[in-house]
Amino acid sequence: MAPVEELVAAVLAGDRRAIARVLSLVEDNGESAHRLLAALHPHTGRAHVVGITGAPGTGKSSLVNALAALVRRGFGGHPPRTVGIVAVDPTSPFTGGALLGDRIRMRELAGDPGVFIRSMATRGSLGGLAWATADAIQVLDAAGFQVIFVETVGAGQAEVDIARTAHTTVVVEVPGMGDEVQAIKAGILEIADVFAVNKADHEGADRTAMALEMMLDLNTGPQQVVHHGQLMVVAAPPPEDAGKGKGWRPPICKTVAVRNRGIEELAQAIEAHRAYLQESGLWQRREEERAARTLETMLQEELLRRVVAAHPPEEIASLVRQIAQRALDPYTAVQRLLGEVPPG
Amino acid sequence: MARERIRVLVAKPGLDGHDRGAKVVARALRDAGMEVIYTGLRQTPEMIAEAALQEDVDVVGLSILSGAHMTLVPRVVQLLRQQGQEDVVVVVGGIIPDEDRPALEEWGVHGIFGPGTPTQEIIAFIQDAVRQRRGQP
Repeated sequence: MAPVEELVAAVLAGDRRAIARVLSLVEDNGESAHRLLAALHPHTGRAHVVGITGAPGTGKSSLVNALAALVRRGFGGHPPRTVGIVAVDPTSPFTGGALLGDRIRMRELAGDPGVFIRSMATRGSLGGLAWATADAIQVLDAAGFQVIFVETVGAGQAEVDIARTAHTTVVVEVPGMGDEVQAIKAGILEIADVFAVNKADHEGADRTAMALEMMLDLNTGPQQVVHHGQLMVVAAPPPEDAGKGKGWRPPICKTVAVRNRGIEELAQAIEAHRAYLQESGLWQRREEERAARTLETMLQEELLRRVVAAHPPEEIASLVRQIAQRALDPYTAVQRLLGEVPPG
Repeated sequence: MARERIRVLVAKPGLDGHDRGAKVVARALRDAGMEVIYTGLRQTPEMIAEAALQEDVDVVGLSILSGAHMTLVPRVVQLLRQQGQEDVVVVVGGIIPDEDRPALEEWGVHGIFGPGTPTQEIIAFIQDAVRQRRGQP
């Protein structure tokens, strides 16, 4: 296997085979992964990372296909840019296997050297997914791809984690997927920077768009609530919390991805959000927040690794047994492992 | 570095639209714990090779029922070699006459599976071939 320096140089030069190899190494999180990512780090931070999330069947892959094709052509005064795509599909919890089918909808992008598509399975924990996705983004960013789309199945915490990795998060809705309460339950309103109501040629698209508008009004404006029989006005939340930063209200774009309708408007909205982040200084702030989270997580992992390595497995197993039998409490066990309390 | 997951590209080159077999195999490989990238119908050899490269797969599975295997398969194998993926395991499924088998094998196809092959047989073959490719016992 090529040494780390060679692989890094090849990735920076845009060698597609090297990019693919490094993506695998990073995804498998082997011993060379950290050295690769460390060497690539100075070359990252240039790409606009756009998350595309929504329930299965909402047309995320088709939207990514249409958006990527548009970005490659250039639009609205933006020159053509290169595109990296990370498409995430779930791993079966029963077999550990995965069927990754996002490429089916991306055939328009085949043969374009300015596009690199990588399918990823969620594999283990959902938290780990966000981690692996973030690493894959770093690799594509270092390789010089200017816009990176990250497509994920829309459900729960994983989406929130990935939204934190992206600069701009597009939440995809479709008509007829239940009322707006579903959207609240899914917790997606908070993470959306832009909404796409896809399949807008289906009945109910206007209603879906209107429901989203109303939800946004509730999120940002003062609210009237009935509390103990009295009508009260609840002040709007501080602007920083409203739609990820003051002054940005997530636009709602109606699209028909397979007919290429509304795509340019959606792309413009994504661009407008990027411009907004940069002008407001939020871009920098988000980068710093992300750096803080990365540092914290890596510190946790490393400290855990060291503590576990410093104790024989039998000792830890014995502590676990004692805790389960109520002979010891976990708080004291932690102190003991850290050497702050002598073994009892 | 030992990779655990086997990554397989399942592709249908050429113009026939019969993708049931490819989908059944893709599903079986997934259930055997593999990560299967399915690219859909009517892929050119160039599209297949490029996808195999980007996805860094261990195995490329081609499903062909049109009779065009003698032109499509060597092209895919040749493109894989050109881009430095000569070690990728290539398997072909579909309707392949017996007299075509020796030529396909000579071109570098590792396994050929006709209609009615039990999916277990394909799974075992791939697991074995990938183990050898990775130099694992």
